[in-house]
Amino acid sequence: MSRDEGAVIAAERDVQVDHAEGTVEVKRLGIGFWLSIAWIVLIITLAILAPWLPLKDPDQNFVDIQGKGRPPYSPSGDHWLGTDQDARDMFSRIIFGARVSLVVGFSAVAFGFVVGGTIGLIGGFVKGVFDKLTSFVMLVLLSFPALILAILITSLMERSLFTIALTLGILSIAPVSRLARSASLVFAEREFVTAARAMGAKPSHIMIRELLPNVLIPMSALALLGTAVAIVAEGGLAFLGLSVEKGSTWGKLILIGSDSRTLENAPWVSFGPVVALFLTVMALNYAGDRLRDYFDVRELAL
Amino acid sequence: MSPAEAHDVLLEVEGYSVAFKTPRGLARVVDDVSFSLERGHTLGIVGESGSGKSVLNRSLMGLISSNRQVESGSASFDGEQMVGRDRQPFWGARIGMIFQDPMTSLNPVMKVNRQIFEPLKLHLGLTGDAARVRAIELLTKVGIPEPARRLDQYPHELSGGMRQRVMIAIALAGEPELLIADEPTTALDVTVQKYILDLLSDLQSDTGMSMILITHDLGVARGRTDDIMVMYGGRVMEFAPTAELFERMQHPYSEALMQSIPRLDQPKHTRLTPISGAPPDPVDPPPGCRFSPRCRYAQARCVEELPQPRGKYVASTHVWSCFFPVASEEGRSALAANSETGRSAAGLAVAPADRTVDP
Repeated sequence: MSRDEGAVIAAERDVQVDHAEGTVEVKRLGIGFWLSIAWIVLIITLAILAPWLPLKDPDQNFVDIQGKGRPPYSPSGDHWLGTDQDARDMFSRIIFGARVSLVVGFSAVAFGFVVGGTIGLIGGFVKGVFDKLTSFVMLVLLSFPALILAILITSLMERSLFTIALTLGILSIAPVSRLARSASLVFAEREFVTAARAMGAKPSHIMIRELLPNVLIPMSALALLGTAVAIVAEGGLAFLGLSVEKGSTWGKLILIGSDSRTLENAPWVSFGPVVALFLTVMALNYAGDRLRDYFDVRELAL
Repeated sequence: MSPAEAHDVLLEVEGYSVAFKTPRGLARVVDDVSFSLERGHTLGIVGESGSGKSVLNRSLMGLISSNRQVESGSASFDGEQMVGRDRQPFWGARIGMIFQDPMTSLNPVMKVNRQIFEPLKLHLGLTGDAARVRAIELLTKVGIPEPARRLDQYPHELSGGMRQRVMIAIALAGEPELLIADEPTTALDVTVQKYILDLLSDLQSDTGMSMILITHDLGVARGRTDDIMVMYGGRVMEFAPTAELFERMQHPYSEALMQSIPRLDQPKHTRLTPISGAPPDPVDPPPGCRFSPRCRYAQARCVEELPQPRGKYVASTHVWSCFFPVASEEGRSALAANSETGRSAAGLAVAPADRTVDP
């Protein structure tokens, strides 16, 4: 075959392999993608290492009536991002808050991916009654107002980290399952699946070894986007007073600084966590978008 | 003594039909096909696109997973009835298959080694080093240089010809008794085609397996097959031992196929004769012979009556379904009559005799 190798690889990377085309532009992820990844890695590292870093105790009140008067104190060399109304160090609270927010975000998506991904993968491959049934359930899940469902679950159960993650996880099942199903439908029609069957492979084998690795590619792009959505959703729940009871999250930190007097006199109280949330969500979205472009997920009709 | 005992028949197909339910009605894609294949023999199935040759084989293999498919007739593999059964036990171990496009029939995200180890583990129980040794043997057998290195590569790192060789190696891994090659060279460069076809012939004679070679090119089937079955509109037009077919071609469709392909022994600048028109609609086929609307020999009878095959489809017999066979007095006079009037009974323009090319 006398095609140049770059074109072959680029065509191969396309979800829909178009080998009739000779001149496929080689796609790149770009600097923005790597900056986003760097930020995500940084935030995750800080969150994981928080207890061992030389940070101020996030729950300690650094009240200094004589020197600075009443808290909140504005950003200074002592408190990089200032303090809140209880004179607690915002920088350290944001990093500790990241622990909960990120755990909620990632575990919600992980739950949604395992459950929704499995259902979608099987549905797209076996088709028939199972597919019809699960597709209908997903339709119901998608049509059910997400916020109402979240309020319902969080008001019925104790608001632990697990409950919040589970709630958001359940909400992510439907979109994930739809993507997995459409990818699975596309790949199940591909010749290599027929070839695997003709070779004698069992259906379970075809799903795990042949379909799953192919379906995972578009799903990995969705995972980043999904995490961003889950982190924002946690912030929304916090505003309604429905987030995790113990410990601080970015959503709860923003809430503390969000009454109009604090916003006017001490905007840094909510500004710090808002920026952290914004940057993280943007990084996740951007990286997810770039990945989606890179792997051409749009063909699967999200 | 029945023919099945006289010859060592591996695959015997009788009255086999495949139809699909469509909104317009039943599409009869394969219609009343019968043939038999002896052990160690190669059968070529020839026909243009839409003649039903691929559907015939995929359906026989049970690879069409559509609930709109309706299968009828009988097909027995080594005495075992296949129609109406789960055909998984045959896959890989007894019947291997190679597909048209090696670009899409290998999983793009799996290394070659995993794809070739799978059938070895499944059918021969080979794992680990034993599987690797066998895999390297197989790759060597199909003519892949540096097989050990190729094992650790991804499909996109291989050329089309290499990929098709890998596909062949995978199909051979289960040591099947029958290999179905569905247009194995259509997607490949012309220079690679011959190597792959020769390789298949060599492997077939080495292992003693039977082979079905599906192609649209009569020239490809010539010299590489023992028998040839010509299909059109889902029906068998002609079935004959290869040499016999080329010596005494009987069906006008076989003849038309032959004339539409360039040949080296023809003088330069010979005009090819295209077969005008398109294959019949499987939902609403012509009432008479499927080929009659495009046939230069067509008479009134061809348009009204469906010709039945003469003789039984047993290996090494010559069978055709035509009222006016090419190499007969009826055929010659039919063509002469059509040339005189300038039209066949179905309305096709027929050029006067001796000037069959230019209108």
